[in-house]
Amino acid sequence: MKADRLLLLAVAIVVLAYGVIYPNAAVVSSSFQRAGSWTLANYREVLSQRVVIEAIVSSLGLSIGTVVLCALVGVPLAFLFERFTFPGRRLFAAIAALPLVLPPLVGTVAFIFLVGESGILAHGIQNLFGLENPPWRLAGWPALLLFHTYTMYPFFYVLTGAGLRRIDASLAEAARSIGGSRVFVFTRVLAPQLTPSLIAAALLTFMTSMASFSAPLLFGGNVRVLTLEIFTARQRGDTMIAVTETVILAVISLAALIVFQRYEGTRKFAAATMKGAPRRRVTIASGKARVLAAAAAVIFAIVLVLPVATLFLVSFAREGSWTTQTFPSAYTLANYQRLFSDPYAAEVFFNSFSMSAIAAVAALLWSFCVVTLLVKRDRGKPALLGRSGRRLLSLLILIPWALPGTVVAVSVAEAYGQPSLLLGSFVLVGTFWILPAVYFLRFMPLVVRALQASMEQVDPALSEAAGSLGARAWQRFMRVTLPLVWPGAVAGTLLAFVIALGEYVASVLVFVPVNRPISIAIASELRDFNLGAAAAYGLVLVVIISISMVIAGRLEKLR
Amino acid sequence: MPLLSLQNISRNFGSTRAVADVSLEVERGEFFGLLGPSGCGKTTTLRMIAGLEKPDSGSIHFDGKEITDLPPERRGFGMVFQNYALFPHLNVFENVAFGLRARHAAKEQMNERVRSALELVQLPGYEKRAIDELSGGQQQRVAIARAIAIEPALLLFDEPLSNLDVSLREETRGELRELVTRLGLTAVYVTHDQEEAFALCDRISVMVGGKLMQTGKPRELYEQPADIAVARFLGRNNLIRAVRLSSSKTNDGEFQTLEGGHTLHMPVTRDDLAPLNKPVVLAIRPEHVQLSTNDHEGQNALRGSVREIVFAGATSTVRVDANGLLLEALVLQPDGLRVDQECTVVLRPDRMRLLKQG
Repeated sequence: MKADRLLLLAVAIVVLAYGVIYPNAAVVSSSFQRAGSWTLANYREVLSQRVVIEAIVSSLGLSIGTVVLCALVGVPLAFLFERFTFPGRRLFAAIAALPLVLPPLVGTVAFIFLVGESGILAHGIQNLFGLENPPWRLAGWPALLLFHTYTMYPFFYVLTGAGLRRIDASLAEAARSIGGSRVFVFTRVLAPQLTPSLIAAALLTFMTSMASFSAPLLFGGNVRVLTLEIFTARQRGDTMIAVTETVILAVISLAALIVFQRYEGTRKFAAATMKGAPRRRVTIASGKARVLAAAAAVIFAIVLVLPVATLFLVSFAREGSWTTQTFPSAYTLANYQRLFSDPYAAEVFFNSFSMSAIAAVAALLWSFCVVTLLVKRDRGKPALLGRSGRRLLSLLILIPWALPGTVVAVSVAEAYGQPSLLLGSFVLVGTFWILPAVYFLRFMPLVVRALQASMEQVDPALSEAAGSLGARAWQRFMRVTLPLVWPGAVAGTLLAFVIALGEYVASVLVFVPVNRPISIAIASELRDFNLGAAAAYGLVLVVIISISMVIAGRLEKLR
Repeated sequence: MPLLSLQNISRNFGSTRAVADVSLEVERGEFFGLLGPSGCGKTTTLRMIAGLEKPDSGSIHFDGKEITDLPPERRGFGMVFQNYALFPHLNVFENVAFGLRARHAAKEQMNERVRSALELVQLPGYEKRAIDELSGGQQQRVAIARAIAIEPALLLFDEPLSNLDVSLREETRGELRELVTRLGLTAVYVTHDQEEAFALCDRISVMVGGKLMQTGKPRELYEQPADIAVARFLGRNNLIRAVRLSSSKTNDGEFQTLEGGHTLHMPVTRDDLAPLNKPVVLAIRPEHVQLSTNDHEGQNALRGSVREIVFAGATSTVRVDANGLLLEALVLQPDGLRVDQECTVVLRPDRMRLLKQG
């Protein structure tokens, strides 16, 4: 028994050493080296460039702006849809999280088709009023902030909604009963309890925005963010600059993580007793308010669906049929026919499917390995790892998830681009395996979290009961624990799989011809102005992701 | 030779002493109770018997063999958990058959044992039911069936009735005792409910603060609590602080109460004798305190006035203030008594106990 767990620990140490510790150490150490000697020259050079400073400021500014806008949109919507009931409420609530499942690249493409200067809206207004030029250009700050708000507001909407549902209605009732006004109850009772949810949402939004790459690449205009700078430096072959900027981006991201978590730590409330009833939704009865709320629900629902609808429409457009018209003028199935007949397309799908599947299955196996070490199952026996050991393990697992995809890709490329201490003469860069490895590192934390949550929900008494009935450790795992945790584990694995399927940020940095994934194909179709083909690829991804999410949702309910 | 014996068992959680130097013996066929307030270490003791916790020191013997380090799956004890710990993904049959499958029992034998176990707990025909389709009481029965299906060498109960409502609890209690007796099993039963322990158990150990305070038959414990902690825990008691006045040569103990300054008498033995001028505690149960409205003179008769009358159905509790000494009396019908009425309280000397300071 103990030997088994020691083996698991050994596996965990090896994987984390190769996947997390060594690549990150490699990228940090090479940022401090030049021509084989230790120096700060890289930092001096990088930080003396105006564009780099601008990129840092832009990244921070964009992220802070995104957090503010997403909060302004997401929090009121959560209150409206969580606290009240009115016609149309379910319509919006059902699709509120839609932007979260859109791969960033696909969302960016859909946005270009919808609100770009030659997109449906701009052309529509141009044609309607007979303007000579498009009424706007989709570029720079407004474009980025609009897109970020669209894609990231669900963090605030979902987490605030969950926070509101968790709040015990009797607390507010108690405050009212002892004479608190509505405002008093809100500021002194509700708001403090919502703070942890808001901080978590702000953290997720900030980190996602720092890591954002597709939108700045395709319509950032003159706004240069760090991820983009790193990408172009690598394209130029300026490895030293890319590596140094990567370290700067990583440090900013981790610092944000630490600051937010510190603050969150001071604001956590233990739910004393959770016997109180959750708050019931109030029906909006007054005529005007009811109409307004219903209108808001319908409008927001349309806004959410429009980009995907646009993608759908454009995917059926005949090549060359969409120039100055509001809508494409001719429709065809050719884009899809090509997708399913073209050997190149087939190869791209095969690559993405196989690499994502390899990464997801590896992540599933890996999560069973580390969760066994992380979750203390036997109440009576000491765990193999102490509390600080478990915290260190969790932290190391979380790092690739907290770091922007750009950082993960650059660090793996930096660590395994030449013969190394750990790999001997084997070079990962330039092989098929680099992308499955990067996908695994980036998305395995999702699976670990999912399995860990399932595992912690299983009452330890069940395993103990099985033990008292004569079941050995292996029997207890196979017959009690596994049947109870597999839905959660598979749901997490599916999630990791679909996110990997649409991955672009890291792929674009390290892909090679033999493992070209779907996202790269979409980007190259877009570059060649094959808009219909790009849209078709995107829509297929959206369909696969939607189906997987439905399955994952069902599995979650099985828990 | 006792079937189960615990010798000087201790268990710490961090710096907390959960179980401190507990020794006890359970005879074959006995229904043995571990009784105490929550957090007293009784569940930890039970878990050490089951093998789910390892004692930091001390040893456990079963049937003459040491089992201190034996893992739970090799002890062959059936355990009924407080929250039942039924496997939610398995139906009733599979839950009850679980231990038999772990032992690779033959199919016919398994079917037969599951059937008879379910019959014993009066749930025949429930094999195909899912766990979440069962009521709390039915889940409780399945948990018992699962534990007895393996024909356990010892049956362990961890507050198995605490999740049931009062009437169901009393009904199940009777059935449980009958079942264990019928099957000739030995049981260790953990509870914080004194009434439950008294009704079920042949012998009981009272635990307080991780220590085993007293072991005995229910009646012994009730009537002769060894110290204040046990007296306080087992039912209501009037605890009277007093100092001894009489010399150590006489069996007629004379005491002066600290509150009220009354003189009380009770028979004492040489062992009981408390040092002079040091406070001791005298205990008398409310049901042994006699109340009368007459002007009654005599030994241990104190004058007082009624402070409060609390009606509790079949009985009532009357609180009397005897010159600063507050006493409770349990009476069947408080007819003719009212608040502020003068009365006489008689503490029968033969019903009084001298308690050790805990």
